[in-house]
Amino acid sequence: MVVAPLAAGREAGLRELLDTMNVTPGMADPANALLPFGEFERLHFARFALLPDTTMGDLEAFDLPRPHVPMYLCFLGECDGPADKQLAEFVERAGDGLRRLFSHCEGFGTGADLLAKLKAHSAPAAAGYVNWIGRTVKHIRQNSALQRLLSSCVPRDAAAAVIDPQAMRRDLLAFVQDEMIAGRLVLTSTERTPTGWQIGNLMHAIGVPLIGLVLLPLWIVMLPIVIVLLRHHEKTDPEFCPRPDRAAVREMQQLEDHDLTNSFTALGPVKPGLFRRYLVQVILLLIDYASRHVFGRGHLARVQTIHFARWVFIDDKVRVLFASSYDGSHESYMDDFVNKAAWGLNLAFSHGFGWPRTDWLVKGGAHHELRFKYYQRRHQVPTQVWYKAYPGLTLTDLDRNQRIREGFDMHSVSDEQARAWLRLL
Amino acid sequence: MTVQPVDYDDIQGLVRFGYPRLKQACFLLLRVTHPEAARAWIAQAPVTSATKLESPPETALHIAFTSAGLRALELAEDIVEGFSSEFIVGMSSDSSRARRLGDLGNSDPECWQWGGSPHKMPHVMVMLYAMSGGLEEWGSKAMAQAEDGFEQLALLTTSDLDGVEPFGFVDGISEPTIDWERERPARDVELSDYTNRSCLGEYLLGYPNEYGEYTDRPLLDALRDPDAILARAEDAPDWADLGRNGSYLVLRQLKQNVADFWRFIDEQVQGDPVRGKQLAEAMVGRTMKGEPLMGHPRETIDGERDPRNTFTYRSDTKGLRCPIGAHIRRSNPRNGDLPPGEPGFISWAVRTLGFDAEGLANDLVSSTRFHRLLRRGREYGVPPHEETGLHFICLGANIARQFEFVQSAWLSGVRFDGLSNESDPLIGNHLPREDGTATSTFSMPVDSGPDRRVCGLPQFVTVMGGAYFFLPSLRALRYLSRVQP
Repeated sequence: MVVAPLAAGREAGLRELLDTMNVTPGMADPANALLPFGEFERLHFARFALLPDTTMGDLEAFDLPRPHVPMYLCFLGECDGPADKQLAEFVERAGDGLRRLFSHCEGFGTGADLLAKLKAHSAPAAAGYVNWIGRTVKHIRQNSALQRLLSSCVPRDAAAAVIDPQAMRRDLLAFVQDEMIAGRLVLTSTERTPTGWQIGNLMHAIGVPLIGLVLLPLWIVMLPIVIVLLRHHEKTDPEFCPRPDRAAVREMQQLEDHDLTNSFTALGPVKPGLFRRYLVQVILLLIDYASRHVFGRGHLARVQTIHFARWVFIDDKVRVLFASSYDGSHESYMDDFVNKAAWGLNLAFSHGFGWPRTDWLVKGGAHHELRFKYYQRRHQVPTQVWYKAYPGLTLTDLDRNQRIREGFDMHSVSDEQARAWLRLL
Repeated sequence: MTVQPVDYDDIQGLVRFGYPRLKQACFLLLRVTHPEAARAWIAQAPVTSATKLESPPETALHIAFTSAGLRALELAEDIVEGFSSEFIVGMSSDSSRARRLGDLGNSDPECWQWGGSPHKMPHVMVMLYAMSGGLEEWGSKAMAQAEDGFEQLALLTTSDLDGVEPFGFVDGISEPTIDWERERPARDVELSDYTNRSCLGEYLLGYPNEYGEYTDRPLLDALRDPDAILARAEDAPDWADLGRNGSYLVLRQLKQNVADFWRFIDEQVQGDPVRGKQLAEAMVGRTMKGEPLMGHPRETIDGERDPRNTFTYRSDTKGLRCPIGAHIRRSNPRNGDLPPGEPGFISWAVRTLGFDAEGLANDLVSSTRFHRLLRRGREYGVPPHEETGLHFICLGANIARQFEFVQSAWLSGVRFDGLSNESDPLIGNHLPREDGTATSTFSMPVDSGPDRRVCGLPQFVTVMGGAYFFLPSLRALRYLSRVQP
């Protein structure tokens, strides 16, 4: 993610320019002139959003000092493989467009080395979540084509008694083979995950708990203090959840529900004081660990509708930005959260200034339904440009298509497996 | 904490009763022309309360207001602002809401007969109910002098189809049971089983809802209610509660294209009446007589005794008996807060963290209890020769979480519970999505192989009008009938 402060007086011009990248508000044109997202085969999602200071004023409402923060342009992509490589590719193939966009930011003069500048403004994710680690854009598209083909030609009117699942599957497989030979369908086998990545991932999986273990005596000593401090903060931290401005909500709603997936970009100040500042870093570290090694296979706890999510510190950890792409409309996303994973929301977000009161870090908080809903909407900012590489597909589709592909790749299956596979079509 | 008993005298009877004995009804959509005269009429209107009488009433009258109506009655703007956003902006507020509710194509608010634009927006709805043959007399008596303050925007008549909606199905079988005695503790606890009993605060403002929380509503400084007309808020005793004992009312006029429906069914089955009936019943999820396709498993469900309702879909996760996309399954998926599993902490933790693969597979839709509707609609027109349909009415304390959620995520939604590109077979608009993908399919899972599918479903239901109303308590009505400081 690149976060660059805007140059003075350039906001209106930038907004206008960003709008030219859209087919309709909320839906980026994959072939837009500035950054033709569709040409980048490893890119799942991408977004440009302006990050105004909408909630720092909340601190003043409680007579707390208000740090001054600039307006930023945020550029965020989710891709397969290394992010650095993707960024270099963007610069190589769409340098002019990016230069035009970032020329609205401070320090991006005409002479500057764009890639170096973008890298200098890169903000690492404190925590990131991927719905299914290793599922590439290429395979998502291929599996979707396979599903469409199978679904359109599978016989659906056969009387149940005469269905021979094995024969039906064989016929379908043969049909797909013919299509592949004719060049109308391409299915490639999964590329091997690079060994370097696997080693790094394993080191991370072992390393983080190991460091935790080494520090265990320290944790044990500190735990009572942390608990006392936590309870004190939870009881005294101000809660600030006014209803969001209707016009602002409407502006965001105009961008939503054009596809089955929507974007969410939100930011706000961390509660002041060292305790929360450190706590949020530890928690995000744990969330990142869990996302990488525990989840990442189709669900974040019970929530199965998040494609990608990330938490990023900005302004020297004064603020946190959260960005996600999720299936369904905003209201159902939030209801899903409240009803299925309020505890997780509290864990991750209760360090945000004004969050509904929590108890013991996981209880209460987002369970104060309306206060939570107001809070999140009020901290959201419009995602002015948002690109999705596979419009029309939700995670339930991706999951089903992947299972169809797995069933397709199997050499022999039992009758029951064949029936289950046919039911997916 | 002891809870205050419910003051039935203060609640409009519609919240408690559907008036099945009062076969005749009509809904008058009015606009305020003279605020003072309008208030004077409201002050004397014989509004029916929820108190049970020795002999049931032979007539009933109810009054509800849109936000435009509250303003037209000169209620202060900051008080109007105390209501929920959805109510303030209304059902036809903008294209984003229309997209979510599925009000597109023929059902676009621009085409509505009423409620779709500011000058067609009703201010007040007067609902009149009477025994057979008594409506005309009751109407002229109750509405005397109303013309001094109102003009009529529309008259919505109803017809008594004997509990059968125009497509031919017995309707109104499943309704939530309201915890009028307030026995259910008002706190935030997870319920693993489906319950049909709802906290009072799900339908009435001023009481704790299923989260144990009070829904936002206008709370007024006591100075603004000098005569203490209003009750004090339970959760903020210094404030006068304009919402208490009131509810939001959603009204949608749904025209049902009955002939199209049966013609389509007929084409699918090549005129075989037995299979045609089966297909229509699969779309609904009940037989035409109202028996659930799930049969009568007689599961124990809190707040439910009707054998036609004592079922869940727990034993039919694949949708083999009742298709996943069937109308009644979409509108009420009958599940609890957590996928079913063994008792005990470990099982609970596994399911909460989503590590129970089977539970997770059936967890795309959950926590039905937060999305219930109290339905009070009436049919209109008599098929086949008149325009016919349903004046859909539902009550709730949170329009966004109840009506709008059910309508958008479950009924119009094209990814309900893992289904792909199909919306509700009866009331979905079946229009292609923005990218051109068709959504006019209805699939019926089959155990032995691929789904059976019917494709090319036309639109069977057209929205002709709609609005969000506030159905105030009797005390709030008294308050609204005076000009307040």
